[in-house]
Amino acid sequence: MYGEGFFLQALTFLTAAVVSVPIAKRLGLGSVLGYLLAGVIIGPFVLGLVGEEGQDVLHFAEFGVVLMLFLIGLELEPARVWSLRAPILGLGGSQVVVTTIILAVIAVLFGLSWRPALAIGLSLALSSTAIVLQTLSEKGLLRTSGGRSAFSVLLFQDIAVIPILAILPLLATAGRSQHAADEGGHATTWVEGLPGWAETLVVFAAVAVIILFGRYLLQPFFRFIARTGMRELFTAAALLLVIGTAMLMSKVGVSPALGTFLAGVVLARSEYRHELESDIEPFKGLLLGLFFIAVGAAVDFDLIGRNLNLVLSLMVLLIVVKWLILFTLGRVFRMSMDQKLLFSFSLAQGGEFAFVLLSFAVREGVVPADLASTLIAVVALTMAATPILMLLNEKIVQPRFGTREREERAPDVVDEENPVIIAGFGSFGSVVGRLLRANGVGTTVLEYDSDRVDLLRKLGMKVFYGDACRTDLLRAAGAEHAKLLVVAIDSHDKRMELAHTVQRHFPHLTLLVRARSRREAYDLLEAGVEHVYREKLDTGLRTGVEALRLLGRRAYQAFRAAQKFRLHDEEAVRELAKMRHDDKLYFHTARQRIDDLESLLLSDLEDSGETRDMGWDTESLREEFGGRS
Amino acid sequence: MSKILVLFAHPALEKSRVNRHLAAAVRELPGVTFRDLYEAYPEFDIDIQREQALLVEHDVIVLQHPFFWYSTPALLKEWQDLVLAHGWAYGSEGKMLHGKQALSVVTTGAREQAYSSDGFHRLNMHQFLAPIEHTFRLCGVRYQPPFVVHGTLGMTREEIRAHADDYRRLLEAIHEERVDWEAVPEHQRLNRSLDDVLRVEGEGV
Repeated sequence: MYGEGFFLQALTFLTAAVVSVPIAKRLGLGSVLGYLLAGVIIGPFVLGLVGEEGQDVLHFAEFGVVLMLFLIGLELEPARVWSLRAPILGLGGSQVVVTTIILAVIAVLFGLSWRPALAIGLSLALSSTAIVLQTLSEKGLLRTSGGRSAFSVLLFQDIAVIPILAILPLLATAGRSQHAADEGGHATTWVEGLPGWAETLVVFAAVAVIILFGRYLLQPFFRFIARTGMRELFTAAALLLVIGTAMLMSKVGVSPALGTFLAGVVLARSEYRHELESDIEPFKGLLLGLFFIAVGAAVDFDLIGRNLNLVLSLMVLLIVVKWLILFTLGRVFRMSMDQKLLFSFSLAQGGEFAFVLLSFAVREGVVPADLASTLIAVVALTMAATPILMLLNEKIVQPRFGTREREERAPDVVDEENPVIIAGFGSFGSVVGRLLRANGVGTTVLEYDSDRVDLLRKLGMKVFYGDACRTDLLRAAGAEHAKLLVVAIDSHDKRMELAHTVQRHFPHLTLLVRARSRREAYDLLEAGVEHVYREKLDTGLRTGVEALRLLGRRAYQAFRAAQKFRLHDEEAVRELAKMRHDDKLYFHTARQRIDDLESLLLSDLEDSGETRDMGWDTESLREEFGGRS
Repeated sequence: MSKILVLFAHPALEKSRVNRHLAAAVRELPGVTFRDLYEAYPEFDIDIQREQALLVEHDVIVLQHPFFWYSTPALLKEWQDLVLAHGWAYGSEGKMLHGKQALSVVTTGAREQAYSSDGFHRLNMHQFLAPIEHTFRLCGVRYQPPFVVHGTLGMTREEIRAHADDYRRLLEAIHEERVDWEAVPEHQRLNRSLDDVLRVEGEGV
């Protein structure tokens, strides 16, 4: 059992997080910056509550990054990863290669020989997956084209770590430093000492194991676990899956984050996806927070203080060089100004891989230890600077050089208030918006894709650019005077957030919210949203009507049948939404989905008898009057 | 040669006993455009331009429908409301239908005796059809005596077949302009003694 020390440490970390993160979020700085600041405050150089053990915490908390990649994998179906192959290879590949070369050249100019220079270039070319993805998803920017590009580059970097780890020892000049062999941190892999081709083979075998296991064995495994009816056992199984994958991958010398990402992708289409997501999510959040705190605590202010000028200029140099390369790449890959800015500002830092790679390089005798620790401090500072830089980009740079948040209008133009605000003008929102506009209803659009914003503005529409969940943007868009808010954005989480925001700050607004599935509809109904529109319902019904017509049914009869079906289905959704939290009914998704379908099918049968169009049925009339009148 | 437009309205043809046979008897006749309104506009999304264009192309408009609550089914009423627009069908500018003819082809569940001042329904068919008659009058269309099939509730197969046959003969005669409208007694249904109304082919004008 842990002693008091453990509790004290837990108390310190948790207090720091609970106090600083809400403050940082309230100030609009985002949670990452909050955690980092908390780390700095409790770290050895401010309060001194955490000392040497900060490093251990950092290692432990790195598992948060692994969990995050697993969750991202769960969101990505194999087909979508495949569709990203061009940006991953093209954009990611050129970022790593170009940045490595330029950083190495700069290091050579600083007087290093080419071997350590190349090692440093390789280590610093990589960005921070944890900070970038967390910040992007918090801002809801992962689905913009700039966010996607950043994600592709990070993914490529995760893959690139493997060959980089293989190349670093080859760059050793002084031969392996002695304590490396004793410490043996890296020597526990199975592939140690194998020839290159066998190593590759083992890696492929491990990947194959993950894919086959995920495809064929996991389903029965989880079903077996689920049958016990114990929710915590399912959580344990989910964690076991992630830890097992991470272990396997580190054993074959692959980044565990990459391995779990792969496992996530394999499971993206599994029926247990939602369970896994909701079980892993809190662990990921806590560990990632811990990770950021540890990064903050690990910043060596002593070292920085001693070499203040050097560290600060290296930090600025690193950020500027990486930013310029990213911006140029953005240009080559034809991103629009906003996306280019987002892409460049988000990735212009060193990453957690630099810690690993630089320590490894020291151990392998490629880079001298004192230089490495200076660079690690530089990397930590650039990581800490990233959320600030992204904030700077969002508040100052982008509004000035990119698409404007709101259009500047001549002051004499009376700004008429539109009764309808549409959040998200993609394929769904645009249908709603066009219909309303065609019928003379003024609509204000909130949109976060800058290309679309430009286009809509060119067409003379009133468009606000940014995250629809921001109260100030909603207010600027006239939420106080509007009557309806159509929520048509892609992300379900964002839709829920927006619904809550509106209920709290603009209770008079009637919400009309899109839902992709029955499950999302349940969430919305539960949150008190009355007008919920399931995307697939109408298309499905129209297809059904056409099918009936093609089978020779009368068009009007088919139409009426669909109308009745819709009413019945909407009632059923509202009924089932209430039962959702009945523990007996709800344990795991698959079972519940089948239950849903079963009760739906049954009630369809019951209904069809009772609600026929009796008005057109002459049978009873014939019985009563047929003989005489 | 007159061109005939049959506007057929039945919301539940799959349950129909009589109208189905009447419709089948005339659907393919030469000179007849058969328009199944509930099939064309199941969602009541009537294409006004198209309907008006069809009216212009034809000389005789036939409204065929079951008699629901002494009136037309809902879609045919919607058709009247939308297609017979002011400034097109009526009003000082609306003369597009002037000179055309129209008639109703109606089925009723009750027998003919029920439709009289001392019968079950208290009024006769001429009185019940007054709204349609006056609608067409306002449009400059001559509303001819109706073709009414009474007593469908207790009708035998043979009777239905006979009515369908009469209906076909009527439309053929209208097409060939062999109908002697004057021969129909006032306020009487057209098919009471159909043979008196239809001139045999080649019998003169």
